Amino acid sequence: MSTPLAVREVLVRRNLTFLAGLAVVGALTVGSSLVTDFSFSAGIASIPKALGWMAVNFIPNARALRALPNIGIKLAETVLVSIMATVLAAGAALVLAILASRTTRPHPAASAVVRLIASVCRNIPVVAWAMIFLLSFGQNVLTGLLSLFIGTVGYLARAYAEAIDETADSAVEALHASGASWLQTVAQAVFPALMPQLTSWMLYMVETNIRDATLVGILTGTGIGFLFDVYYKSMNYSSAALVVIGVVIVVIAIETASNALRKIIL
Amino acid sequence: MAILEIKHLSKRYKDVTALSDVSLKVHAGEFVTVIGRSGAGKSTLLRCVNRLVEANAGTIEFDGVDVRALKKRDLRHLRTHIGMIFQHFNLVPRQTVIENVLHGLLGYKSTLAGVLGLYTAEEKEKAFDILDRVGLEDQVHKRCDQLSGGQKQRVGIARALIQEPHLILCDEPIASLDPGSAKKIMDRLQRISRDMNITILMNLHQVDVAIRYSDRIVGVREGRVVYDDDAKKLKKKTVAEIYGSEAEEILFEEQAV
Repeated sequence: MSTPLAVREVLVRRNLTFLAGLAVVGALTVGSSLVTDFSFSAGIASIPKALGWMAVNFIPNARALRALPNIGIKLAETVLVSIMATVLAAGAALVLAILASRTTRPHPAASAVVRLIASVCRNIPVVAWAMIFLLSFGQNVLTGLLSLFIGTVGYLARAYAEAIDETADSAVEALHASGASWLQTVAQAVFPALMPQLTSWMLYMVETNIRDATLVGILTGTGIGFLFDVYYKSMNYSSAALVVIGVVIVVIAIETASNALRKIIL
Repeated sequence: MAILEIKHLSKRYKDVTALSDVSLKVHAGEFVTVIGRSGAGKSTLLRCVNRLVEANAGTIEFDGVDVRALKKRDLRHLRTHIGMIFQHFNLVPRQTVIENVLHGLLGYKSTLAGVLGLYTAEEKEKAFDILDRVGLEDQVHKRCDQLSGGQKQRVGIARALIQEPHLILCDEPIASLDPGSAKKIMDRLQRISRDMNITILMNLHQVDVAIRYSDRIVGVREGRVVYDDDAKKLKKKTVAEIYGSEAEEILFEEQAV
């Protein structure tokens, strides 16, 4: 008994689509490596040598340890700026989200405008924001803070708006039906229902921002990123390595702490 | 005397007609149930009464007030007199039972007091009394997400009762409950209607339950009223008319019960 034609057709088409996709991805990879003069074999061959270099130079020594207090101060500064940017952004994002959410928006037009603003904030990378603000604010902490703030507002506004639609819409309907005003509904139904998500997303953004802050710091000449840049460019590799180790430890510590917090809240 | 009078009400959603030319009178103290298949317009009809949904044409008169003409503030005042109970309870799950019940008073409070959640001692006492009445006196400080479905709906009823409503709208109040809890909730609503003389307008899917509890049944099909009479006079033939192709299923369910 032979398989009906239609069934064979479906399977054939699925496999052909997959093969075609594979071919396109392959061609793109080979094409781009040709254009950029990147050779896979040379790249892979250089790995042992690079590891060797790192083993010799990227080991913190006595000189690096003398830099430790300075690294500690800059790390703390970076963490504090990241937390500040995130908390401020979370406040702004909550207001925007209430205006944007289908459940709580005062007017559809407000929702559309806010969603557009949030989308622009979100889709321009934080590093690009830093470069834009560099021109107007120069190399200082404010520039870094602002770029983290803007990126975070864009991200959190959308996350919060979706959270409102998911968790609070039914309670909002009930409160409206009983004659509660818009502000009362937001304060008494939306806010309490959303508390866990609000905090959870904020903690996530603190983690992300500490990572991004390192990168932004290289550009804005502030914080731990700046210190890494200085040590690296003055060929003080052992101290630069200590900076990297410090960042890794802080990121892991913050992540552990925020996971613990999340467990308590949820 | 009619507490609620709906005349020639119509509602369209883009290209779907939810209600067309619906007229309906509900008398004070009456227990009226709207039946019909899902998508017949029952839910829209209920929500037009307190304007959670805005109708396109027709008039709604409640307590002698032209509901559709009300401005924002007056509408909120009107809504304080109309309680509402939902299929999915529509509570704030992370808040306690008493907090959710007190939400029913927000419409009576000043904006600031409501935003800050400042309730007077009398208001709290009233909430305790009502929780006592619905048998939740031991769950007062429990979070609502820890309650059973039946208990959640009782919180919903308490939230509506604290409004001291003249009318309670019930949108499929037992559709998410097991049969045991469903019966208890229906008995409770019947007692509320009889003892407190509160008018009830309810959407139901279960025809047998509607017949057992209501004074009057309104059958809706494709946005039109096709039956409006005593609950006891509802014939199998009419049920078939209201439910169309779904009728056999409904009647089969009834026999199974």
